[in-house]
Amino acid sequence: MTTLMETGSLHYYLAMIWFILWGVLWAVYFILDGFDLGVGTLLPFLARTETEKRAMFNATGPFWDGNEVWLIAAGGVTFAAFPYAYAQMFSGLYMALMLLLFTLIVRGVSFEFRSKVESPAWKKIWDTAHAVCSFLPALLLGVAFANIFQGIPLDETGFSQAGLFGLLNPYGIAGGILFVTIFMMHGALWLCIRTTGELKQRAENVATKLWPGVVILTVLFLAYTAMSTQLFANYMVYPILFVILLLPVAGLVLMRTYLGAGKYWMAWASSCLYIGGTALFGVTGIFPAIIPSNPNPAHSLTIMNSASSALTLEIMLVVAVIFVPLVIGYQSWVYKHFATAMTEDDLHY
Amino acid sequence: MDVLMLSRLQFAAATMFHFIFVPLTLGLSVLIACMETAYVRTGNEVYKKMAKFWGKLFLVNFALGVVTGITLEFQFGTNWSRYSAYVGDIFGSLLAIEATAAFFLESTFIGVWHFGWDKLSPKAHATTAWLVAGASNLSAIWILIANGFMQNPVGYVLRNGRAELTDFWAVITNKYAWLEFFHVVPASLLLAGFFIVGISAWHLLRKNNTEFFQKSFNLGISVALVFALFTAFEGHIHGNNLSDTQPAKLAAMESHWETQTQAPMYLLVIPGEDGNVLQALPLPGVLSFLAYNDFNAEVKGLNDFPKEDRPPVVLSFLSFRLMVGLGTLFILVAAFGFLVRSKVHNYPLFLKALPFCIPLPYIALWAGWTLTEVGRQPWIVYGLMRTSDAVSPVGGAEVGFTLVLMTLLYALLGAVGIWLMVKLAKKGPEDNTPIQV
Repeated sequence: MTTLMETGSLHYYLAMIWFILWGVLWAVYFILDGFDLGVGTLLPFLARTETEKRAMFNATGPFWDGNEVWLIAAGGVTFAAFPYAYAQMFSGLYMALMLLLFTLIVRGVSFEFRSKVESPAWKKIWDTAHAVCSFLPALLLGVAFANIFQGIPLDETGFSQAGLFGLLNPYGIAGGILFVTIFMMHGALWLCIRTTGELKQRAENVATKLWPGVVILTVLFLAYTAMSTQLFANYMVYPILFVILLLPVAGLVLMRTYLGAGKYWMAWASSCLYIGGTALFGVTGIFPAIIPSNPNPAHSLTIMNSASSALTLEIMLVVAVIFVPLVIGYQSWVYKHFATAMTEDDLHY
Repeated sequence: MDVLMLSRLQFAAATMFHFIFVPLTLGLSVLIACMETAYVRTGNEVYKKMAKFWGKLFLVNFALGVVTGITLEFQFGTNWSRYSAYVGDIFGSLLAIEATAAFFLESTFIGVWHFGWDKLSPKAHATTAWLVAGASNLSAIWILIANGFMQNPVGYVLRNGRAELTDFWAVITNKYAWLEFFHVVPASLLLAGFFIVGISAWHLLRKNNTEFFQKSFNLGISVALVFALFTAFEGHIHGNNLSDTQPAKLAAMESHWETQTQAPMYLLVIPGEDGNVLQALPLPGVLSFLAYNDFNAEVKGLNDFPKEDRPPVVLSFLSFRLMVGLGTLFILVAAFGFLVRSKVHNYPLFLKALPFCIPLPYIALWAGWTLTEVGRQPWIVYGLMRTSDAVSPVGGAEVGFTLVLMTLLYALLGAVGIWLMVKLAKKGPEDNTPIQV
């Protein structure tokens, strides 16, 4: 791949900014869709009565759509800021992405469809679809990102095919399991905020039990990462970067502390810190690549060889500076007004 | 079948299916916002009831529209990666801006609108309806600017082996894109009008909730008439513009083969891919007039385009005629309905026919998009990149598999969604207390 820019040029700094924003977008997506995917995955394990099922759907109902747009935005920014990486990432992970999309489609309509017919069999279909199609995206995202961390076999043209079975290597699967567990934990904490009574008790119980699992999986995954990826290379060159790891560690510790103290909002926020910190750790590890190539790092798709033109990056930056704070503003407003413990009134549909 | 054809089929299936739901979202969101505004201004409960009833149908439709839209953005990467790499600098940024500036707003506030009936004041709730409607249509602008670039690429230079942006202003003021916008959005309002009118007619015939459905009918038929006229008028300007920007598409949709001045329009044509099988009953100069507003103008014929640069003629020709034929029918039906609106109950046959008219605007919009996209072939970006150069280097088996899976999934969800909408539509607004768990 040809280098599109000189190091130190304005173009280079613009591309750097977009690399950071790119990482932040994926992190925010995992934080936000993470909890509603987690709640969906927990549906068959936590809800016993129809009211509890309705409560679990409505716990994420007002938010999931806005959350999923962060995926569109993360995808869109990859497309716009690093088109070569976008082309490679999405065609290279073809089957995994298609499956991800299909499951997200089924999941999305399940929110709307389930309540429209008064029949237990009908509801059962959509409950099952919802749970399966919440679990699979979490798994597939984990598999996809673990494979990116590990590197994808690119050739000199940049284009290659990592078939679905190629992605399901042990490290990829480990990433999938980690994502599913993290999202379940994150979702359980969200349910502690939104639900009451027995359901909340159960959610709290699950969160408490999942916590040690998340800690152990995190440690194992880090060890596995050190063994089978180059993700620590940047950290070895600049050991100061290890402070990034303090974020997920602090998140984990605080999560448990606040959960024990019954401060659910804070526990959930700590979980956000943990997920955001983990994403940041990964993004820092692959820098300056967006899609590292393995086994031949020379073919990696990087900030320098896959960025858009300076003008495009500049215009998009103006758009982002204007609109992202606005989005954060109105989404925060929505969370503030709608993310409260649900009462009887909230269980209508 | 090769990967190219499979990918084209897959993209066509995904867009056509997505486009069942998008136009109703665009049009109905505006009409629902109008109903809520009427409620806020008059305090008349019937308007609130209207917003809730049509809103319920809207939500089912919206859910299918949103989830199928996600596929489209990613398909550019999965199936058209060479295209993405080549024009991502421009095309990708437009999609990213759409997500940031419009789609976030729409998706966030649809949740608020849905769950906020008891939590927000009527005024605040009406505001969220407008936010959803405004954001949906703003989305349409960005998407059509992106499509406009594929139809009439502007504001770029070829550098570093790809198209790089040089003039953002030219891209966002692309005349082609805005002509598309002013055709598609009015057509969507027309479609929403016919949707409301068709369902209202079904209930008026059965004397259900007469006040409610008469009010809905009046709103729907007025909107349908205004926008049927607007869409047709705008379509003519659109056709004029084609003669400058995409002469091959113009020639294909008319199956016009010989370059000539005073080009006639034939009333009877059987088109073929290598020349007309039959052409008779010419109206001299009419094609020249339609293309250039001048009976003597020269119109370039398909024979003057190299064979490999000609779009599929028969499909372009037929989809154009289907669109225009239906467009004319809409004007007649809407005009009649508008004239008799207050005593429409005296025309039971008309009321019976109206529900069957609901699919027609959908077909017209599909035909219009078929003409737009098929007529652009063999180019993915007109004159700049061929569709065959744009496809991803993925395996045919994988594309074939996902095509089958997607078609089955979409067919299933579409059938369920439409079945639900019919069910909800027939039930009427009586039961607008929330469903208890």
